[in-house]
Amino acid sequence: MSLARRWPLPLVLLLTAVACKEQGAQGPAAAGGGGAVIGAALSLTGPAASYGAQQRAGIQAALDDVNQGGGVKLTPLIEDDASTKEQGITVFQKFINRDKVSAIIGPTLSNTASAADPLAQQAKVPVLGISNTAATGITDIGNYIWRDSLTEAQVIPGAFKKAKEKLQFNTAGVLYGNDDVFTKAGYDVMQKALADQGVKVVGTQTFAKPDRDYNAQLTALIAAKPDVLVVSALADNAASIVAQARQRGWTGPILGGNGFNSPAFIKNAGAAAEGVMVGTSWNSLSQDPANQKFLAAMKKAGVNPDQFSAQAYTGVIILAEAIRQSGGKTGREDIEAGLGKLKDLETPLGKFSFTPGRDAQHEPSVQQVKDGKFQIVQ
Amino acid sequence: MGQQALNGVFVGSIYALFAVGYTLVFGVLDILNLAHAAVFTLAAFIALALVDAHLPLWLALPLAVAAAGLIGIVLERLAFRPLRGRADSNISGLISSLAMATVFEAIALQIFGPDISRFPQGTFPDRMIRIGGASASLLQLCIVGTSVVLMAVLTLLLARTRLGRQIRAVAESPRAARILGVNVDRAIAMAFFLSSALGGAAGVLFGLAFNSISPDVGRSVELKGLAVIILGGMGSVPGAVVAGFALGLIEVFTVAHLGSSFRDAVSFAVLFLVLIARPRGLFGRAAAREA
Repeated sequence: MSLARRWPLPLVLLLTAVACKEQGAQGPAAAGGGGAVIGAALSLTGPAASYGAQQRAGIQAALDDVNQGGGVKLTPLIEDDASTKEQGITVFQKFINRDKVSAIIGPTLSNTASAADPLAQQAKVPVLGISNTAATGITDIGNYIWRDSLTEAQVIPGAFKKAKEKLQFNTAGVLYGNDDVFTKAGYDVMQKALADQGVKVVGTQTFAKPDRDYNAQLTALIAAKPDVLVVSALADNAASIVAQARQRGWTGPILGGNGFNSPAFIKNAGAAAEGVMVGTSWNSLSQDPANQKFLAAMKKAGVNPDQFSAQAYTGVIILAEAIRQSGGKTGREDIEAGLGKLKDLETPLGKFSFTPGRDAQHEPSVQQVKDGKFQIVQ
Repeated sequence: MGQQALNGVFVGSIYALFAVGYTLVFGVLDILNLAHAAVFTLAAFIALALVDAHLPLWLALPLAVAAAGLIGIVLERLAFRPLRGRADSNISGLISSLAMATVFEAIALQIFGPDISRFPQGTFPDRMIRIGGASASLLQLCIVGTSVVLMAVLTLLLARTRLGRQIRAVAESPRAARILGVNVDRAIAMAFFLSSALGGAAGVLFGLAFNSISPDVGRSVELKGLAVIILGGMGSVPGAVVAGFALGLIEVFTVAHLGSSFRDAVSFAVLFLVLIARPRGLFGRAAAREA
C-alpha cells in the first residue's frame, strides 16, 4: 500500500521525461558522403510546419539533381527549428560549433532568423535564407546573411497594383497578426502599398498566433463595408480567417500576403479559399528549363510543388553555384566569396541575382485560387 | 452590434463550460487542477479520431466526453489521491497536475503530431441562420445550446441528487462528510469525472467551432479559464457561468470598439478591478469558514 502511494508521482515524472525526450528526437539526416556539409534549419513542427515540409522536399530534390550532376557534392543536415526563436538558436549553435557546417540554409521564419542569424554572422558562417520575407532585420544583420526569397516589400506593391487593375477597389479592411515579425512586416508593406494605390483603409484589426476565433475582428471589419479584405497571416491562421470571413457573410475579394502561398492554405480553407489573390515569387507556369526540371523532380518525389519548395530548391542550387564560382572549395569563406560573384543564375524562380544588400532579385508574379488551385494571373 | 453580441455569447459559452469544470474541482479540493486544459485538448483529439473512424458526430461527442471523464478519474488517481492528507497537498497537487498536463500534451503530440488537425469537411451541416440583423451558423447555435444544457445539468445534479449532496458535503468539510457516512474518495473521484467531462465537452465544441486542433490548443483557454474562475469566485459554479459569458462579451466588444490589440489588456484590467473591489470574486464564498 505504501509502495502504491509512493509510486505515482515518480512514475509521472518518468513518463514526462520519456515523452519530452521522444519529442526532441527529430534525428538529423545521416551525414557522411563527403563534400560540403550544409545545415538546413527548417520548421518541421509548430505553426510554420506546413512550409517546413515543403522546404525539406525542395532541398532533397535539389540535392539529388546537384549530386547526380557531378562536380560539386553537397551533404545535407536537416534539423527542426520548431518555428521558435529558442530552438532556432539551439540548431544554429549545433550547426556552427558541433557539425562545423560550410553554410546554413534557413531558418523558415523571419522571426526565427532575426534571433538565430546573428550567431552565424558572428562565427562568419554564410546563411542563405530561403523563405525570410520581412523587409528589414534579416540581411542587414551582416555581410554573411543572404536570401533567395523576395521580401514582402518587393512582392506586395506589384501584386496589389495588379489586383486593383483586375478588381477595381477603393476601400480596404485590414487584419494582421501583431505578434510575429513576418506578419507585422507584411502589414507595414501592405499599408504603404494601399496608400500608394490610393486605397482608403476603413478598418484595421489584429490577432495573435495562438488565436482560433476571429469572428469579433471580422464582424467589425465587415461592418465598415470595405471593397476588399487584406490579410497578413501565416497559412494556418490564414485558412481559419478566410473560412470564418466567408461564414460571416463576406463574399468580396481577399488579398493575402506571402503566408498564403502554401497548398496547405487551400486544403484547410476549402471552398472558402476561392478567389483569394496573393503575390508570389514563383511562377508555376514558367516554361524555363530550370523550372521544368524542378517540376519534374517534385513530381518524381510525389510532392505538390509550391513557392516554398521552389525557393528551397533554388537555395541548394545557389550554394552549389557559389562553390563552383570559388573553384570547388567548400570552406565558409570560399562559399561567402562565391555567393558574392553569383549573377543571372538560371533557377526555378527565373534569372536570379543578389542585390548589393544580399537580397534576392528576380521577377515576381500574382496568383489567384481557382478551382482549388493557385493559378497565375496573367 | 447584434452580431458582436452573438459572437460574445458564442465564445463566452465555451469559456463558461470550460471554467465550470475547472472551478468544480477547486470548490471540492481547494486545489487548482492545471491539467484541465490538457483534458480539453485530449477530448478534442478523441472526438476527431472517432469522427475519422466514421462514427457520426452525435455518437462521437458523448463518447469523447465520457472518455474525458475517465481521464479525469485517472488524473485524480495518479496526481491527487496519492498526495491527499499530506500537509502540503495543495502545492504538491498543483505541481503533480502540471506534470500530468505535460504528459497528456506529450501523448497528444505523439499520437496526433504537432500540426493542426481538422475535422473532415461536412462533419456538421454548414448552414447559416439569420437572427435579426445578425447571422450565426447552425453549429454555433448548437454549441451555445449544448453548453447551456450541460451547465444546467451540472447545477441540477449538484443541487438535487444524492451525489451532488455528497460532493457539496465534501467541499464543506471532508472530515465531517466522512463522519456522516459519505464515501469521500468516491465523491472526489466523481467530482473529477464531472469536471473533466465538462472540460472535455468544451474541448470538443471548441475543436468543432474553430476546426483547428493541435496539441497546444488548450493554451488558448487555459489562462482565460483561470481568469474566469477567479472573476466568478473560486469554487463557485454559477460564478464561473456568469464570468465566462461576461469575459466573452468583454473581449468581443473591446475588439469592436477599441481594437483587437486591447483585447487581453481590457479583459485582465476588468479582472484586476473586480479583485480590488471584491477580492473573493463575483460569487465567491467568505473565506472565514475554513479551519
